[in-house]
Amino acid sequence: MALERITAVTGQAVYVPGNDIDTDRIIPARFMKCVTFDGLGEYLFYDVRKDADGNDRAHPLNDERFKAATVLFSGANFGCGSSREHAPQAIQKYGFRGIVAENFAEIFFGNCTTLGIPCAVATRADIAKVAAAVEADPTIEVSIDVEAQVVRHGADSVPAEIRGSARDALLNGRWDAIAELHEGVPEVQTVASSLPYMAT
Amino acid sequence: MAKSLFEKVWDAHAVRTLANGQTQLLIGTHLIHEVTSPQAFGMLRDLNLPVLMPTRTFATVDHIVPTDQFVEPYADPLAQAMMDELRKNCADNNVTFFDRESGKQGIVHIVGPEQGITQPGTTIACGDSHTSTHGAFGAIAFGIGTTQIRDVLATQTMALGKLKVRQVEVNGQLRPGVYAKDVILHVIAQLGVNGGTGYAYEFAGTLFESFTMEQRMTVCNMSIEGGARVGYVNPDQTTVDYLKGRPYSPTGADWDAAVERWLGFASDADCSYDDVVVINAADIAPSITWGINPGQGISIDQSIPDAEIATSDDEKASIIEALEYMKLTPGAPIKGTPINVAFLGSCTNGRLSDFQEVAKFMAGRKVADGIKAIAVPGSQIVAAQCAKEGIDKVLSEAGFEWRAAGCSMCLAMNPDKLIGDQLCASSSNRNFKGRQGSTTGRTVLMSPLMVAAAAVTGQIADVREVFDVSSN
Repeated sequence: MALERITAVTGQAVYVPGNDIDTDRIIPARFMKCVTFDGLGEYLFYDVRKDADGNDRAHPLNDERFKAATVLFSGANFGCGSSREHAPQAIQKYGFRGIVAENFAEIFFGNCTTLGIPCAVATRADIAKVAAAVEADPTIEVSIDVEAQVVRHGADSVPAEIRGSARDALLNGRWDAIAELHEGVPEVQTVASSLPYMAT
Repeated sequence: MAKSLFEKVWDAHAVRTLANGQTQLLIGTHLIHEVTSPQAFGMLRDLNLPVLMPTRTFATVDHIVPTDQFVEPYADPLAQAMMDELRKNCADNNVTFFDRESGKQGIVHIVGPEQGITQPGTTIACGDSHTSTHGAFGAIAFGIGTTQIRDVLATQTMALGKLKVRQVEVNGQLRPGVYAKDVILHVIAQLGVNGGTGYAYEFAGTLFESFTMEQRMTVCNMSIEGGARVGYVNPDQTTVDYLKGRPYSPTGADWDAAVERWLGFASDADCSYDDVVVINAADIAPSITWGINPGQGISIDQSIPDAEIATSDDEKASIIEALEYMKLTPGAPIKGTPINVAFLGSCTNGRLSDFQEVAKFMAGRKVADGIKAIAVPGSQIVAAQCAKEGIDKVLSEAGFEWRAAGCSMCLAMNPDKLIGDQLCASSSNRNFKGRQGSTTGRTVLMSPLMVAAAAVTGQIADVREVFDVSSN
């Protein structure tokens, strides 16, 4: 199962400010009543994007200038809360290909990597710098360079770290681990047979 | 070399090192529910892969079940579809399903322990972040996403980087009216909602040693609210006593061997930790959240924070956002804030001891006029135990609606929801915006007895002033 090598994601960007943006905010629980992930994209950030009557509120994702964005910028502790993969799935299905934040919640980060969504960590000042450039010109090309660990915006760039194992997995087309895990099944059986509780 | 429990369990389950440096880790026990597993079974079908070890996956239904409707089809067709899908996936793949007809259904983190499936020295994964609950038994338990559920179904493993270990040592005794829930709320308020990122929390010290298994589960359950994906307590005689005679516990000679092995997983006395935090149990007061994440907590006798106390611009922005959402007045006491709803239940506080404690003090008391109070046992077995002890009657007579087992209003994926900006005194684990089913609904997290105190008085109250907890 050959996977794409993700060396960079490039496109327009949008900045959704805020810290501790949790998974309930990213995808409210009521939209998880589904047996597939199809269609989750339209509910991304639903309760902050829409009012009680379903009309648009002021939100960066409702701003026409950022409708084509494929790179998402945000604050600290992005994706905290639930382990629901519905959150990164909604982000991906909405059209985002990469995320830049000050840091990420653990489970969310792993879920994103498994879907081939690079999660890059940049400083607040650097995120603000890119956000300002995007605000000034929403059509500016923004790129998360996984290889070089920088975020390029127009002619400028800022450092953006992607944790070692995730970076390796993205660059080498191993972000979905299933094929490699499956190769290890004979060894899995051996380890399992050494554990009494798994013998039953 | 001296090792922590985390390292011992990790080493026993490490299959091999993957090309990116992560470990292929054997997951001995896999728990699934209806919300996060159907897509994983779909992925397996697409890949044409079977479930590798069907006997090591156990299923139950909890998030979407109505707590006031038992007969199917459910009023909500989407809920019924999820139920049907889980039932079919389990049947097709020979996975044990604790369905509602079994009498063993309940919240996945309550079912695993009460069945004896959760055991020391094991690795556990479940597509639910509160899987850390099972660490109370000295297991290493991970909340995982759906793609990882697929990985575990297909290979009984997942790719993981090793966590660091922080020992959270709490010594001494709790003051009257202070519960396990207060301990974890206190820990999260101290260490922050992302303070545990990259860590497993080992809860140690004389307090946790003295705790029952149910108290330990309450604490480990909310590890993730502090950013720690894993939380655990070293197994001891309390653990062993709890597991004796459970349906999935070993028996006969296997039992003795298992006990010896289990106790051997406890952290070595001279092992080293990546970090150690020491807390005095007597410093912990009844704790409560005032904001929109579980770290925004204070003790009941404190005032609602003012943004001026913030030590950073971030904290200031976050306090202002929370106060605005919660419609609370900075500087005012939290005590006395009117409530609309009281919710008892969840994987944090939906166990027998939680209801026993509330029933002990609610006998002869009434829920205040105009307050909607619901009590939702965490499992059918908890419900049956409560019925046997007459707890359901005591709470019903006091004015609580006594419901059937499920996650219910913790995340409101079933019909139990807040309406408008109702404020809920809740024994659950998350106070995120919109968490309890209304986009403007407000959640205040607290211990079950604090919920009872709020229900009785119609406002956020100090449990020590409402009930005579001094003799407790």
